[in-house]
Amino acid sequence: MAAAKYISSVCRISNNQVALNGQQVFAADGLLMEDLLPAIYQHFQIGYAKFHKMDNLSKLGFLAADLLLKDSFDAGYYQPEQVGTVLMNANASLDMDLKYYESIKNVPSPSLFVYTLPNIVAGEICIRHHFKGENAFFVLPNFDAAFLKQQVDYLLNNNILQACICGWVDVLEQNYKATLFLVEKVKKENSVEFLIENINKHNPSS
Amino acid sequence: MDTPAIAIIPPVYAVADNITSPIGQTTLENLDALKQNRSGVQTHTDLKISPEPFFASLFTDPIATDKLYTLFESLLIMSVNDALSQTNIKATDGKTILIISSTKGNISLLETEEHTGELKKRISLPASAKLVADHFGFVNQPIVISNACISGVMAILTGLRLLQSGQYETAVITGADVVSQFVLSGFQSFHALSDTVCRPFDKDRTGLNLGEGAATVVLSIHKQNPDDVKVASGAISNDANHISGPSRTGEELGYAIKKALLIAGIAAHDIDYISAHGTATNYNDEMEANAIHHAGVQHAPVNSLKGYYGHTLGAAGLIESIIAIHGIKGSIVFPSLGYAENGVTKPLNVVTSLLQTPVKHALKTASGFGGCNAAMIFSK
Repeated sequence: MAAAKYISSVCRISNNQVALNGQQVFAADGLLMEDLLPAIYQHFQIGYAKFHKMDNLSKLGFLAADLLLKDSFDAGYYQPEQVGTVLMNANASLDMDLKYYESIKNVPSPSLFVYTLPNIVAGEICIRHHFKGENAFFVLPNFDAAFLKQQVDYLLNNNILQACICGWVDVLEQNYKATLFLVEKVKKENSVEFLIENINKHNPSS
Repeated sequence: MDTPAIAIIPPVYAVADNITSPIGQTTLENLDALKQNRSGVQTHTDLKISPEPFFASLFTDPIATDKLYTLFESLLIMSVNDALSQTNIKATDGKTILIISSTKGNISLLETEEHTGELKKRISLPASAKLVADHFGFVNQPIVISNACISGVMAILTGLRLLQSGQYETAVITGADVVSQFVLSGFQSFHALSDTVCRPFDKDRTGLNLGEGAATVVLSIHKQNPDDVKVASGAISNDANHISGPSRTGEELGYAIKKALLIAGIAAHDIDYISAHGTATNYNDEMEANAIHHAGVQHAPVNSLKGYYGHTLGAAGLIESIIAIHGIKGSIVFPSLGYAENGVTKPLNVVTSLLQTPVKHALKTASGFGGCNAAMIFSK
């Protein structure tokens, strides 16, 4: 049965900028990826020591999720199993794969190897926010709003999840793009309907 | 728009399958190998993969590959080809979707090719997916799932849901992984590899073996053979505990099992067989045993097939689900190779010799890095 679903918030990180619900909330100039992500972390005073151990894909997804949920999400409203993630990108974990491969020449490091899977970013988000519901990680050539909507609709319509952090998080070297959506069944003040056209307003490829 | 008051959810059947592994190139060959207790795991010396000898299940006879395709892609194509040949399903049908599961795909190209921009495109999973889809003429864009060691089970669950929601009538679900220096060194760095054939759930287990393989299962809302098995339900959960270590309690995998039981509309006691993930690492097997008790299915005969195949990563969930499907069809449960004495805190009913027993409902479980867990139920 179809249930009403709303986008409660959207966080987009690209081009040295962070936008929350379409409003720019952070901008930096000419920073490399490895400096930009800690700069965003510092700017929003996110205290989470494990952040510094993460690879760039996990850092990017972690920051987007943190900012997405910061003002719009009441964790106490849900059971841990009722919140999950549906994430996608084009390059899986290739950014970290290249770095891990370089490290093999010396001593292979388990703390690098673990990040050579794209779904680790979902694991990091789940640990941070104590989400225990379904996760899925898809690898697609391009962002696909219709596919995203189809997957999230199924999970919410069938009461597998009540809230879903979903979207695109992609990193390869200095190229990065993240757009995450918080989708819920409850309508909040600034919610918009979870429709393809509303998803595409924040299309990470555009 | 008029919508019916009650949505009719069609049953979904597994109508054809293939396992391409070092112990057989069809499901039948694999079943025969298991009946003879034949394992693909043996010691290998391959300096391209590891400076030391290692135990793994590898293809030793050369796989016929077209120059267009890598070994990973060739395995997918061989497997899909054999599965489709058992059906009259057309890849070109708009109601057919291709779903591909892999953890590391073409990662071994990093070891042999220069890291150019072109390689970084060639190595991507969507590039492989396109080659495989084009080979068969699939018209819909394939879906690629890369969700650590639950990828194969998640691919089946994704196919089940796409068929239940009416978007497609047929899903061709395939998965593969190959063993590379990249992957082997990573598991070595975790001290997760066994220096003998792995021993899931045994007290002397010391870790896992890696394995190569591909598998395909074709799901359809149209029953094709009288004994086609139903894909009943599935569920996924996350531990929210640690990215490389499983839950301490197993509650989260237990939750996924309970949820799958609920959706299938059966009781814990209805499960006749559990195909466990059983990697033979200390932590995985302990967690999984806890989860099986948590969900109340500890009565059921359980095995892990990792002693035959090693851990085939993105193919594992598919290979093991296909063996479970044939367990239902043939009333057969294979022994858990390598198991002699209980090595988990909460003992399981581990199968030690070939069982001829009716299996109406089979449970498949899987867990992986990132804290992910999956459970799937197949029914007669």
